[in-house]
Amino acid sequence: MEHIVIIGNGISGVTTARHIRKNSNKKITIISGETKYFFSRTALMYIYMGHMKFEHTKPYENWFWEKNNITLKKGVINSVNTANKLLAFTNGETVSYDKLIIATGSKPNKFGWPGQDLEGVMGMYHKQDLEKLEKYAPNNKTCKRAVIVGGGLIGIELAEMLRSRNIPVTFLVREDSFWNGVLPAQESAMINKHIKEHHIDLRLSNNLKAIKADENGHVKSVIIEETGEEIFCDVVGLTAGVTPNIDFLKNSDIETKKGVLVNRFLETNIKDIYAIGDCAEQQKAIGQRRNIEAVWYTGRMMGETLAQTICGNKTAYNPGNWFNSAKFLDIEYQTYGWVFSEKNKKENELYFQWKHPKEYKCITISFDKDTHQFLGINTFGIRMRHEIFDKWLTEKRAIEHVLEYLADANFDPEFYKLYEPQIVAKFNKENNKKIQPKKKSWKRIFSKT
Amino acid sequence: MKAIKHTGFVLFLVALTIFTGSLFTGSFQLSKSELDAFLKEKNYKSTVIRGALEDAVITDKKLTIFKFSARVRKAYEKSNSYYDALITKYNAAKNWDKKGEQYQYKIYGKPHTLSYTLAKKAGRGFVKENASLIWFLTFGFGMIGALLFMLPNLILLGKPGIKNNHIYHNSATNRGFVAWLVLIYLVAFYLLLYFKPDYVVNWTYILDPISNFLNGGDASQWFVYGFLYCTIMVTMGVRMYIKYRHNKYQIIRTTSVLFFQIVFAFLIPEIMTSLNMPGYDFKNAFPLDYDFFFEWNLDTLTSSGKIGLFILIWGIVLTLIIVPVMVYFFGKRWYCSWVCGCGGLAETLGDPYRQHSNKSVNAWKLERWLIHSVLVFSLVMTVVTLYCYFSGTTSFIGINSQWIKDTYSFLIGAWFAGVIGTGFYPIFGNRVWCRFGCPLAAYLGLVQRFKSRFRITTNGGQCISCGNCSTYCEQGIDVRAYAQKGENIVRSSCVGCGICSAVCPRGVLKLENGPEEGRINPTEILLGNDVDLMNFVNKK
Repeated sequence: MEHIVIIGNGISGVTTARHIRKNSNKKITIISGETKYFFSRTALMYIYMGHMKFEHTKPYENWFWEKNNITLKKGVINSVNTANKLLAFTNGETVSYDKLIIATGSKPNKFGWPGQDLEGVMGMYHKQDLEKLEKYAPNNKTCKRAVIVGGGLIGIELAEMLRSRNIPVTFLVREDSFWNGVLPAQESAMINKHIKEHHIDLRLSNNLKAIKADENGHVKSVIIEETGEEIFCDVVGLTAGVTPNIDFLKNSDIETKKGVLVNRFLETNIKDIYAIGDCAEQQKAIGQRRNIEAVWYTGRMMGETLAQTICGNKTAYNPGNWFNSAKFLDIEYQTYGWVFSEKNKKENELYFQWKHPKEYKCITISFDKDTHQFLGINTFGIRMRHEIFDKWLTEKRAIEHVLEYLADANFDPEFYKLYEPQIVAKFNKENNKKIQPKKKSWKRIFSKT
Repeated sequence: MKAIKHTGFVLFLVALTIFTGSLFTGSFQLSKSELDAFLKEKNYKSTVIRGALEDAVITDKKLTIFKFSARVRKAYEKSNSYYDALITKYNAAKNWDKKGEQYQYKIYGKPHTLSYTLAKKAGRGFVKENASLIWFLTFGFGMIGALLFMLPNLILLGKPGIKNNHIYHNSATNRGFVAWLVLIYLVAFYLLLYFKPDYVVNWTYILDPISNFLNGGDASQWFVYGFLYCTIMVTMGVRMYIKYRHNKYQIIRTTSVLFFQIVFAFLIPEIMTSLNMPGYDFKNAFPLDYDFFFEWNLDTLTSSGKIGLFILIWGIVLTLIIVPVMVYFFGKRWYCSWVCGCGGLAETLGDPYRQHSNKSVNAWKLERWLIHSVLVFSLVMTVVTLYCYFSGTTSFIGINSQWIKDTYSFLIGAWFAGVIGTGFYPIFGNRVWCRFGCPLAAYLGLVQRFKSRFRITTNGGQCISCGNCSTYCEQGIDVRAYAQKGENIVRSSCVGCGICSAVCPRGVLKLENGPEEGRINPTEILLGNDVDLMNFVNKK
């Protein structure tokens, strides 16, 4: 029986295993050094905040794996011998494979800052990071201040976590407004304001110069590059992005750049070895997507796709329209299609924007200035229906169509106030149009074409 | 703010202590004339009971309710054992006529209920004489204290939004020491209420003035329960308003359960009683209202003129037509989390414990076996009861009508719905009864699962499997298992509380009533991945 070995038990590896099992009776082994059982990394923050316990983050009960005949092996792989199809663990054990799937995910970026490996310096990615945080920042007595370096999605989550225990937080953000390489200015400014409301000391345009140690080799303070200011702290969170977790492949003949290089079939340069998820790097960009996408659902999709290939139905990875979501403290964010920030948007892209006068609700719709084709939407504080936007993007609808039928796309809970009339009125006024917003129609929502 | 919170907490504990302590106060004895009046009213045939009761309750001693209860129960036992002895005697002598005669002298009824009736008349003391003051010190302080404890959260919790911080760090909400204390208190409360009502007779004095105002009579232990129920729901409803103030669905739903509890379950029946009508809760549908078809209820209704007849017809229409039709359009939530009293308590008092429902597949199996068994049990009981009612027999298909009613009332009505259903909130979660036991929920669930427009829609491929939805599902549904596959959630047990949707950080879940077609949507590949799997499936 063919033996499929998957390194990494995150969403990518586990999805592959599940789908291979659905379609075949191949022998499957999942190896992980982090935890025995699959858990949802995105929920680690909720454990620290006391919303959940670790067991709640496991999407499958423990018996699931044995029942589905998927072997779980805890251990860290040291090297891959591609000639003999052999994996070596750090403890000297070996395991052989017929097909190997690399799904080892990411690790936090470290840019060679002085002091980046001191006690009390950590990322927020692995379960072990959570354990470290529990050790170094259990409360605001042990941790009198924490400094977070890097203003992205993990950074703001870490800030929220620490604030839940009333730990003072200084948040160093390289950009002059939070995440404005991705978000349009209107939205980025709104998040800046919201961050400050949560009593987080937000320092825009501030870079880390160095981390200083006390006499025990523990973090004592950080030095700011721009001002030279020294901020005393007990914990430093490094959240300046992630990078593929593939150091163990260094001496193998698997071709890598930042990540493991793969083609559209997720195959590496070596036969029978594949890479998926955060650690995979596409040789050529797919659409406007980055070559490495460290996103939950792309990992899942690669897993779904690769399982087909492994089970004899060779399938190319073909992600559809871009979408994503996040939550910035109390503000929910969803995006469908491409909305680039002012910094990155192309010349043909125009915004239509609406913002609630008081509450944290706003949208930005990006559209082509000539054809009026709808390119994408960012929505804050308003939930939208994925299926509908996916359909409109595929059908290359005009922004006027999107606005006219916006009610179909609303996904807020029942009885929520709806803002389509205000949104459409603003567009009509700015563009001298007379769009009449249509009422929500189940028929349209369920029509597949 | 913290100081206000602490003050409120202390005030609440003071109220709770006085409330509990009041049970141990007062003295219980009857005068000769009072006892005579009681015996005249009861018209017992026993010749022994008068003497026994006189010895027991006419005394100068200051008896506590516990001693009083023991004496009264002994008196009744003395009377009954006197005739039991005669029965044995005539039985041995094979004197069947004499033996048969003795049964009419026996006094039936639960000892603590007999004792309660006397105790209600016999009590004296500070609580009874200062009911209004004690009311203020218990109910008043309790509510004010609880509100002072909760209102500062408006500011302390920060901006509106989901604030579940430290639920699993707190002993009260993480099955810690405090949770067990609460469990013990609640269980003790229900045990006393159902099985030793005479022990809580002091509580009824506190509410006598209110009861007299509403229905013209003194308060019973059930009036105490009903009033306490409303008070707790209102107070904890305020907590819901604060906690979910950003979520209009939760606000409206909470208002709805409060309205139906206070107006339909409490006020209307009380007012009906004061008008000499049978007190009836118009929203309490059979088979949750399991004694609707009991003989005594049918007799009451058929002898109550037009209103009795109306209630009889309404009760039947409610169960057979209104309930399933409403479930078809809105799901069982219209009842379970918008109208029902049990649901109302679960959604207010029980909200802090919602995370304790068991999400395992085994629990789901147990749920399906148990709840449907209770449904069958209640239906069999009703069929037997009705058959016996109309045919005048005492049993049907080998089942004794009285026995099955008593068994159901004891096992399901008292133990399952009360002691376990509510008493175990802090450990097993707030919907134990609704999930595992309620026969009406089973019935609604079958309709919801097979013929309804209701579903929880999963928003394409946005789920990140974080597990907030499953953790906070009070009905133990592993919501994530569906959401992460892009499937809508259509489950018989879902009561549509809407919390999964509220706690989802990515806007993945929405409760909706839509067309039945496409309601259940198993997916092989999630939205976002443009793999055309149908090609593959068709090739196979």
